[in-house]
Amino acid sequence: MAHVAPSLRNQGSPRHSRLVRVTHWITVISFIALLVTGVEILISHPRFYWGEVGNSRTPPLFKIPIPSSRATVPTDYRYVLPDQNGWSRYLHFEAAWALVLTGVFYLIAGLSTRHFRKDLFPSSKAMTWRAFRSVIAKHLRLAPPQNEAESRSYNVLQRVTYLLVIFFLFPLVIWTGLAMSPAFNAAMPWVVNSLGGRQSARTLHFFVSVSLVLFLLVHVAMVLLSGFASRMREMITGGPALPEERT
Amino acid sequence: MSKVSRRKFVTAGLAATAGVSGLAVAANLAKRYGLVPPDSGGIYGPGETLTYAAQRLLARHSLAREFPRSMISEVPFANSIPPLNDAFKRLQARGFADWRLSIDGMVAQPASLSLADLKAFPVRSQITEVVCEEGWSYVAEWIGTPLVDALKACGILPNARYVVYASIDPDWWESIDMADAKHPQTLLAWAMNDGDLPVAFGGPLRLRVPRQLCYKSVKFVTRLMVTDSANGFVSAIDPKSPNFGYAWYAGI
Repeated sequence: MAHVAPSLRNQGSPRHSRLVRVTHWITVISFIALLVTGVEILISHPRFYWGEVGNSRTPPLFKIPIPSSRATVPTDYRYVLPDQNGWSRYLHFEAAWALVLTGVFYLIAGLSTRHFRKDLFPSSKAMTWRAFRSVIAKHLRLAPPQNEAESRSYNVLQRVTYLLVIFFLFPLVIWTGLAMSPAFNAAMPWVVNSLGGRQSARTLHFFVSVSLVLFLLVHVAMVLLSGFASRMREMITGGPALPEERT
Repeated sequence: MSKVSRRKFVTAGLAATAGVSGLAVAANLAKRYGLVPPDSGGIYGPGETLTYAAQRLLARHSLAREFPRSMISEVPFANSIPPLNDAFKRLQARGFADWRLSIDGMVAQPASLSLADLKAFPVRSQITEVVCEEGWSYVAEWIGTPLVDALKACGILPNARYVVYASIDPDWWESIDMADAKHPQTLLAWAMNDGDLPVAFGGPLRLRVPRQLCYKSVKFVTRLMVTDSANGFVSAIDPKSPNFGYAWYAGI
């Protein structure tokens, strides 16, 4: 504990602020609902296109090799999955509202509490290739944090990843989603036109969602590798981790 | 109970009361200004209400995107339609000369219009995208009579809030609010891409609602009913099957 950076909180204070803990779990619930219903909606037409239009009579950009819930979609399978689009669409848009409203609240509160500057933006000193290489090497060796400061703060790789998810992937998934709303496009046509058309927006929505799922998988894997119980306790109660797991 | 926790308790109580009464005021205002969709109940109600209210505030008069002629799809895709019934086949055999569109409910003068009567109204054509909830789309030119012209000819009564429209197929009907019913792009379409409207695309008469997904664009329309309540006319592709319980408002 000899060289604790001044910006670090006291050891007794929570690892994650209440803002981060509450918005984190609302986001988890919303994201899982969006993912499950998104897959349900996708199987009613597992073909993707580029440009404004695309349908079963136009060549796809690519197909997902799964059966469809619609008999009109040409697939390599002889059976048609049950249609679950009714509740899936209702839940997809309700969860999207929950996610967007939580995100707006998190942005405003995060700015006013200096959460982004304190916890996420890396110092310019840390933004070097050497720092990235060192963090990646530690990850590959599964090396535990070397001191208290390291375990109570994010490393440069974590910071850059979280910033990309918060300020790039989530805004992009909301933008490409809104670009598929016919009424919203009537009010703001540039939202879809700037993406190259409706089908391009749908294809981008798919790829951004895949990126978010990849993030989720790595995120959960890192939580499991670094001590599931302590990481969960920190994110639920904010309480400090058990001392033996710190070493 | 210590002083601090009592103060916290009172503050939280006041905040909760303010929150609940704030929500009640918002709900009343939303109802008065027509921002609550008919399917606002149940667990999906809050999401639907937010979507509908946001779009009615933001986009009540916005026009759906129209496209240049060069973007009309060469091979438009027609989704499967239910088997056509005998009543349809009889009308089809006579070239739809006897097709009638009845307009009733909250109008001053109910009417029954032939296709020729409809074509006597000012014609509007538009090149818009048909967007299916499944994910696919195509662009076509739609030619027809604006719904608002046909309704106004019958005299819409002031309390009217919804228009229910029904296909010749007895299980197929939908409803829209007056914002979409009076919208200049909502069309009783009787032609497509410079030809008669093909049966596969809803011919001889289809209601096109281009600002909503195409399950709201009912094919083979024979009846319009103006009403002040959407009770019993909420969701409609197949109300008997819960899997098909699509949202009433499809502007997403």
